[in-house]
Amino acid sequence: MSSFGERFSGLTKPVTQSLFAIVIGLAVGVLLLAVWGYDPLVGFRQLFESAFFTEIGLASTLSYATTLMLVGITFGLGMRAGLFNIGAEGQLMVGAIAAVAVSTFSLPPGLHLLVGVIFAMLAGALWALPVATLKVKKGVHEVVSTIMLNWIAFYLCLYLVLGPLYKAGTHTSIQIPQNSRFPLLFGTLSSAILVAILFAVIVYFIMWHTRLGVKIRAVGFDQESAHYMGINPGRAMMIGFIIGGLAAGLAGGAIVMGVPPDYAVFTELSNITGYGFAGIAVALIGRNHPLGTIFSAIFFGGLWSGKRAMQIYAHIPLEIVDIIIGIIVISAAIPELLGIIRRKIKGRSSR
Amino acid sequence: MTNAFRVKIRRKWVLGIILLMGVVIIFCVMHSAGLEVPSLIMISLDAMVLLGLVAIGEVVNERAGTVNIGLEGILLLSSFAAVFGTERSGSWAIGIFVGAVAGVLTGLIHGLISIYAKGDQIISGMGINLFAAGFVAFGIWTTWVPGVHMLSPGLEMPRISTPWGGLSWFVPITIVFTLAIHFVFYKTTWGVRLRAAGENPGAVDASGVNVFRLRLLACIFGATLAGLAGAFMSLDWVGMTTKALPAGRGFIALACVVFSGLEPISALGAAALFGFCEGLSTWIKAVPQLIPIIPPGFDKFIMMIPYIATLVAVTVVIGRRRFPKSVGRPYRREEI
Repeated sequence: MSSFGERFSGLTKPVTQSLFAIVIGLAVGVLLLAVWGYDPLVGFRQLFESAFFTEIGLASTLSYATTLMLVGITFGLGMRAGLFNIGAEGQLMVGAIAAVAVSTFSLPPGLHLLVGVIFAMLAGALWALPVATLKVKKGVHEVVSTIMLNWIAFYLCLYLVLGPLYKAGTHTSIQIPQNSRFPLLFGTLSSAILVAILFAVIVYFIMWHTRLGVKIRAVGFDQESAHYMGINPGRAMMIGFIIGGLAAGLAGGAIVMGVPPDYAVFTELSNITGYGFAGIAVALIGRNHPLGTIFSAIFFGGLWSGKRAMQIYAHIPLEIVDIIIGIIVISAAIPELLGIIRRKIKGRSSR
Repeated sequence: MTNAFRVKIRRKWVLGIILLMGVVIIFCVMHSAGLEVPSLIMISLDAMVLLGLVAIGEVVNERAGTVNIGLEGILLLSSFAAVFGTERSGSWAIGIFVGAVAGVLTGLIHGLISIYAKGDQIISGMGINLFAAGFVAFGIWTTWVPGVHMLSPGLEMPRISTPWGGLSWFVPITIVFTLAIHFVFYKTTWGVRLRAAGENPGAVDASGVNVFRLRLLACIFGATLAGLAGAFMSLDWVGMTTKALPAGRGFIALACVVFSGLEPISALGAAALFGFCEGLSTWIKAVPQLIPIIPPGFDKFIMMIPYIATLVAVTVVIGRRRFPKSVGRPYRREEI
């Protein structure tokens, strides 16, 4: 029993820190809304009620969570390996496009879904490969290379969606065939979420229960010491990028093969953009841990799904959610924030 | 050692002159083929000013030891703030001031987080980018209509008139700024302290200079230049504000910083190079002789030019660059 207690007492600090960052984010959101003359309480009630307490809303929350969880793993795994991998945005786009491209072949139903998933994952990993190679062989910082590749992916996908993969007369690309989509669980929630959770658990297992995972985390903790211990940092970083790419590619595939009613990419790419950067917040609040990321993705999925209800019923621009996400990330940059505040208060009272 | 230094300088000059001659020859060939070369140069200069201002500001910031990847967000915030200020006051000068203030405030927050609270600078910077994307979209929505706001006619900043079209006042300003920063870096005590703060903050601290304040000021200065650049972009260059106006230029400016090896003049050179790539991608699409040749949809590949060029350029120069030892690491004074 004591081991149980010990195991979970280690969780209190990270959970408090994450909750504190969320509270700051929401507080700034409330403040901004109040300054702009909106009623924040009505807005947030609409947001959370529709996101978690209606069946349609909950299905869409979990559906967003599927994607956010995977891009969160991309970033979180990168952080564990000492990388700032913000390339999930581009890797997700090429993953989605690759899954759509599979629809141009004619394959038997079950196999088609499998091939689509594999293509999406490989495309994501392929897009992460130049970043990894440039980082390991040349020392190019991943922030610059990932952002450049995100934009290149954006224009490439725009070309493909409007060109070879365009479905004439519509506002989308060609669709995934009916019998090759992820089966729906309830409402609009597809079984892609099970695949995503499985992926998270596998990543958790690799990172915390295999030798490879220990090596990757050692490199992230202190590259120099890891090197002296006989670990090849380049190889560990390479694997960190590639697993991240697989996750982001799968996220793209999960959107086009698992989100009704379109099962396609919009011509302006509007349904596959924005996830990658939100994934940063998901990972940070999930403490860069695959299992933590699952829960944090559900929270952010709720913000994403509830923001439309908030806009429709409370007339608050849905971008307030992006502001909140930004503030959450900024406050997560200072893990010691709570400690600093506590020390300040203590210092004042003792005086 | 002095000799090696001289050889290095000379090689740099020779390379620069060869590059310049190559560019001039290409321009002459293009001009004789009947292409609109002056318009290409004018677009490139605008793009150069934007990247240059952001890059030299970040050079100062990184020399002092702090990294700010929130430049993209600062560009976005200040481009919105500048249009907001101009529309409300009816004067572009106040707009530019408001844009710069947006830069100062963001720089202050980033500086406090990364220098005093010892937070993670990269995460803080990325948070600024995310916040800016949300805030500007929210601001445009609540102030005007969702999406885009065009600057009201008559409020644009005046330009220097030249035979080839208007030249922005920011072009000479950027060049003067660059030279001034070069001078401060290498000829003044403050420049020495600033550079030392990035290399060995402990030594600067021991000499009695407040490292924290020095770094904070450098961080605010860099963000202010980015704020000016954002104001330039929305008021002087494109005359509008949208929620995705910088389109990765903040990160291209970071690439300029890497490319320059933290030398202000080289940073401006890199900005000219990347600005030219951007000008090229805008210009090609408007060349009458090329329009029939470009296959439909191919313009997307032309749009990739600046990003691909940045990636290639950074890959080629990296490894030959040396960065300050303590860059990106918060300075902790040892407890007494």
